[in-house]
Amino acid sequence: MSEKYIRRSSQIAARMLGGEMMIMSVKDSTFFTLDSVATAIWQAADGRSSLTEIVASKICSQFDVSLETAVRDAEVFVQELAGHGILQISDRPIMNAEQTRGAQ
Amino acid sequence: MSLLAEMNQRALHFGVPLSVHLDVTYRCNERCVHCYLDHDDHGEMTTAEIKDVLTQLSEAGSFLLTISGGEVFMRRDLFEILEYARGLLFNVKLKTNGVMIREREAKRLREIGVEQIQISIYSHRPEVHDAITKLPGSLKRTIDAIRFLRAQGLKVTIANVLMSENFADYAGVIALAKNLGASYTVDPTITPKIDGDRSILRLNIEESDLRQVFRDPALVDDVEKFCAPPPPPGEDVMEGYPCSAGHTSCYISPYGDVYPCVAFPLPSGNLRQQTFLDIWHGSAELKQVRSIRAKDLTTCSSCAHVGSCSRCPGLAYFEGSMYGPSSADCQKSFQRTGIPSANMLRSGQGQRSASGPLIQIQPMDHSVPMVVSSWEQNNLTA
Repeated sequence: MSEKYIRRSSQIAARMLGGEMMIMSVKDSTFFTLDSVATAIWQAADGRSSLTEIVASKICSQFDVSLETAVRDAEVFVQELAGHGILQISDRPIMNAEQTRGAQ
Repeated sequence: MSLLAEMNQRALHFGVPLSVHLDVTYRCNERCVHCYLDHDDHGEMTTAEIKDVLTQLSEAGSFLLTISGGEVFMRRDLFEILEYARGLLFNVKLKTNGVMIREREAKRLREIGVEQIQISIYSHRPEVHDAITKLPGSLKRTIDAIRFLRAQGLKVTIANVLMSENFADYAGVIALAKNLGASYTVDPTITPKIDGDRSILRLNIEESDLRQVFRDPALVDDVEKFCAPPPPPGEDVMEGYPCSAGHTSCYISPYGDVYPCVAFPLPSGNLRQQTFLDIWHGSAELKQVRSIRAKDLTTCSSCAHVGSCSRCPGLAYFEGSMYGPSSADCQKSFQRTGIPSANMLRSGQGQRSASGPLIQIQPMDHSVPMVVSSWEQNNLTA
């Protein structure tokens, strides 16, 4: 399977609240909350780092999970977010990455 | 409970101002007969000051940002403000009359990522709408603006404030909204002017009209349920908060003044003198607002409607006490259910209160469930 690169969409609103990330698509007002693991992936989605790199550095370094399992789970997760338009997925690095300052 | 409602509960638990209404100007290009604002510039915050406020709000955890006025497009730096807010990942809702929105502005709003634009329309007939705004040609320009916004795929809500002048036209505005692909919200609410002047309350619709609104299936999903007598209040009701004002939401004026809500003019601090968090956590006024439970309300705590009334603490404050009744909401409860409020029984009134009826209904779009919400969420764009 080819490597994947992910980038946060500019068409979202987001804020941390009590350890969870609130995200709302400004296109269709769909509202999500992400747990700490999903938040770590989402925050690292800069378009330049591969999903494997993100999972290795943000997930496997903190949780007792194999890289293969974590990447497989992450791929499902990012596909779901991409389906709602709050993440972009590409087979190559996504340039002109996110300009937003990141949720507090 | 919806996910957003859960987040609101969480914000309440953590003391986070989840929702903020920021007026960037009181200046306006219309002169609506019912407007509660003056239209002079008494020293608006600069672009830099507003950006600093937005940064502080994002750091405080605010997420839902309503930018309003006055007419927001009277500020030449509006797009700079919006871009900055979106850069901080706020969910931005804009309230405007739309008169200054053309194709170019609509495109920029879409590019910036404004989530929703609320636009006031008073009638589908130019002679009625323009007489209320006192701006000839305003209905046409506003409808053109909605078309430009919809062409960009932006969500538009038409806010229809009802008065004696335009009550007969709300069905026409509903049809117009449907034709334009916009949502519709109706608000038979005239509020006292921000300086306390109550003269414009004479514009309020009649009691019979209010009853009609409450019982119109075009506006209310389940009339029977909506107008049913209130259930006896439980302990959770008596320990509950009147509304989100000062708890998870607040209002900031163009001059940096902080209030619990746009409809609750209790000065709680100024952002030119203190940081937002110093005001939010330290203001004696906000602490007082937060301390009030339903059981603490004079008169209302013994009212049959205490658990279902839309009592607005801001209107109660206008009437003399934030602990007291809001007679406008007494009328709402009475017209909705036919059961007089404790305040009405005490004062021996069955007649219309001095401040007139107050309600908000947000149905019509068909994807949005019927909501009769509290005052602070009202459509108060001038």
